[in-house]
This record gives sequence, C-alpha cells and structure tokens, in this order.
Amino acid sequence: MKSARLVAMLFLLVVAHAAQAGGQITIAAAADLKFAMDEIVSLFGKAHPAERVATVYGSSGKFHTQIRQGAPYDLYFSADIAYPRALEADGFAASGVQAYALGRIVLWRASRTVKALSLNDLADPAIQRIAIANPRHAPYGKRAEEALRAAAVWDKVEAKLVYGENVAQTAQFVQTGNAQIGLIALSLALSPELSSQGSYTLIPDSLHQPLEQGFVITKRAADNPLAQDFSRFMRSPEVRAIMMRHGFVLPGKTR
Amino acid sequence: MDSAFSAADLSAIWLTFKLATVVTFILLLIGTPMAWWLARTRSGWKGAIGALVALPIVLPPTVIGFYLLVMMGPDGPIGHLTQSLGMGLLPFTFTGLVIASVFYSLPFVVQPLQNAFESIPERALETAATLRATTLDTFFSVVLPLAKPGFLTAAVLGFAHTVGEFGVVLMIGGNIPEQTRVVSVQIYDHVEAMEYGSAHWLSAGMVVFSFVVLLLLYTFNPTGRRK
Repeated sequence: MKSARLVAMLFLLVVAHAAQAGGQITIAAAADLKFAMDEIVSLFGKAHPAERVATVYGSSGKFHTQIRQGAPYDLYFSADIAYPRALEADGFAASGVQAYALGRIVLWRASRTVKALSLNDLADPAIQRIAIANPRHAPYGKRAEEALRAAAVWDKVEAKLVYGENVAQTAQFVQTGNAQIGLIALSLALSPELSSQGSYTLIPDSLHQPLEQGFVITKRAADNPLAQDFSRFMRSPEVRAIMMRHGFVLPGKTR
Repeated sequence: MDSAFSAADLSAIWLTFKLATVVTFILLLIGTPMAWWLARTRSGWKGAIGALVALPIVLPPTVIGFYLLVMMGPDGPIGHLTQSLGMGLLPFTFTGLVIASVFYSLPFVVQPLQNAFESIPERALETAATLRATTLDTFFSVVLPLAKPGFLTAAVLGFAHTVGEFGVVLMIGGNIPEQTRVVSVQIYDHVEAMEYGSAHWLSAGMVVFSFVVLLLLYTFNPTGRRK
C-alpha cells in the first residue's frame, strides 16, 4: 500500500514537473551545427529561463525522413536547403524556409603540420584512407564528391574512400587515426576538440555547388510561440556572430 | 519498385553471405574448445570467463564499435600489432569486420555448444576412456554425435547473428563496396536516401531469410526436449 502511494506520488511529481515547465521545443540539426547550435541554444536559454530547448544532431537526410514520419521535432536545421524546401512543398512545414548559412568544406588531418594540402595531394600513395560523408544522403558528402570530381582526382582516390554516416562520423574516422585525411565541415574543424588536434585546408568553393543551409518550423510547432521566438532569434546579430565564428558564411555576405 | 535488386544490392548480399560463412567457420573452431572448457572445468575462473564470453549479448553495439575503432586504430594495441605484422590497419577492411563479428557473435556459438557439452553424461566419456579411446577419438566418436544438435544451433545462430549485425559495422566499416558494405548498412543507406523501394526489397529478403532459417532450425532440431 505504502509503495503504491509512493509510486503514485512520484508519478504526480513527474506529471506536475512536465506541466509546470514553460514552453518547450526540440530542434533537429545537421551534424555540422553541433558546436554553433550548442552556443546559440545556451544564449537563447539565458533569455528564456523557464523554457526548455532540446537539441538532436544527426544527418540532414535522416531528419527529413523522420519528420515526414511524424518525428517530434519543432525546428529542423538542414545542411542542404533542398530538404526543408521539400518538406515545405509537401505541407510538413509551418513556416517558409529560411536560409541561415553557407557551409564550407575543408581537408582535415589529425596532425598539426604547417604544410597546406591540396586536393591533388590526395592521389599520393602514402595516403591510404580518405574519409568523406556518404554522398548518397549527406550534404557534405555530396559536395565533397563534387569537389573531388572537379579537381579531377576522383578516379584516383575513389578506391581509398571510406564513408561516414554523417559529417561528424567522418571527422571521427580521421580523429581516431583510421583515415589519414577527411573532407569535413569547416565548422567542425574549428571546434575546440578538433582544432587542438589537427589542421585544415579550405577547399575552394568554386569546386562544388554551394552548401546552402536552411531551416523550417515543422507543422507540429505551428502554434508553438517558442518555436517562432527561436526562429526570430536566429536573425539576431548575436547569433550571426556565433555562426561566423564557427566558420559559416552568412547568406547575403560575400564568401 | 523497378528492378528488385541493383548490382550494389547483390554485391552487399554476397558480401554478407561471405562474412557470415567465414565468421561461423572461425567461431566453430575457436568456440568448441572454449565451450568444452566452460562445460567441464571446475576452475574458479569459469564464472569470469563465461561472463566475458557473454558480454556482447548485453553490451550495446556502439560500445563494441567504439572500442574496436580505437583499439584497431594506429595508436591502439591491435593497430600496433597489425601494423608491425605488415597487415596495415583493420578498420574499413573485410578482415576487420571478420574480427569484429567473431567477437560480437561469440556467445551465440559458445553458449549452445556449452549447453550441449554439459548435457553429455560423464559416464559416456568414462566408458570411452575405459575402452582406451584417445581424447581425439572420444571427441569425434562420442562428443560430436551427442552434441550434434548443439553444433547445428550454434552454427545457425552464429551465422544469423552475423548477418544481422549493424551497429558495429556502421562504426568500423566505412561503408566500402565489396569490403564492408553489408546488407544491413545498404538498407540503412537506402532509407536515408529515401529509396524505399530498394529498402523494401532488401528488408523483405532479410525477413524471409531469417524466418526460414529459424523455421528450419526449430523443425529439424528440437533440441533438448527429447533426451
């Protein structure tokens, strides 16, 4: 009897806690946003102490599929603006698609060397494994493949490629030393973790289609004022500064 | 749904079959002495070794994948060893997948064998010994026939469990065609790329395969019940 009462009390406590909390949103964000978004969310949290913002990081393609299947994400930040546009076109969005950044890809290796690398160096037999994100569904992988093809080294490096599920796993393949070089997001190469361990060379963005990134508010958050607040917050000067510091090019700015 | 299986799908199916066959073979070779020891020993280590063997049943594949990735890397103990042997690094290779799968599927082979060995009466072995059978003789003419259902279960479960592996492969495989892109990973990629038709074909194939394998096992091998 006593334990039943205890369980009931615990249950009420949990329910009360959930009910008492203010607004709540869950953000699904592309893996390249990990470090920038953590900072943005923490800044947003200071202005909204009663509200809860949860973030989930992963591959843009996966989130896109999941949102179509009713995943409980209120905002969706994709490394490829085509995914949120497709959601909007099919009625899964509660807002227009907003471009928030252009991503850049870099050659990254886990050693602090001074010598800059070029894509042509990848053909060197001393380099046995090159990690890229999977071009079939990861935006950074698609652009990496385009750049390798444009530099006319694709045929020479294809047999050395290993494919990460998303751009963060790609970086991790290099970080653990299992691949010598990776084509990853500049935003990841600039993160405290990776920048202390390795060095990067920017890949000219003339070699690939722009990595135009965009976000939408999903249909389930149509009546969630917090989602609107966060969307507005993304345009604030503070957020734009954070994004730039993390290696993103802002829409409308020169690259 | 256009064509049922693409060339990449067929290659993934063949690779998966090859991986599971090699792994099952290795597991029967190393699993048999381990299971025998576990079944017969009175050593105080039995509990600890048994628990170690069973670990992959409980551990998330991410734990196994993470440790293997780090240990097989250039700075890890396995990586040091393979590099000094001139084998290079194991992640992203077929050999690497074989080693990972052997570890991962070990309990599924050792445990049925151990159960089978434990159910062999001590008297059968003593009788063989009084007839001056050598240990090897005893193994082939007494233990093997008596433990046959156990071997069948072990082989089927080891094979099927290797086919069903996903998390570990995703973490150490690198998704290389004909090397590490097995069916489970190929299905994941189809789903991510929203090619549901292709995903359906492979997934339905896996369901049918798994069901048929288990059905055959349960039909022809009603282990344990009739002693």
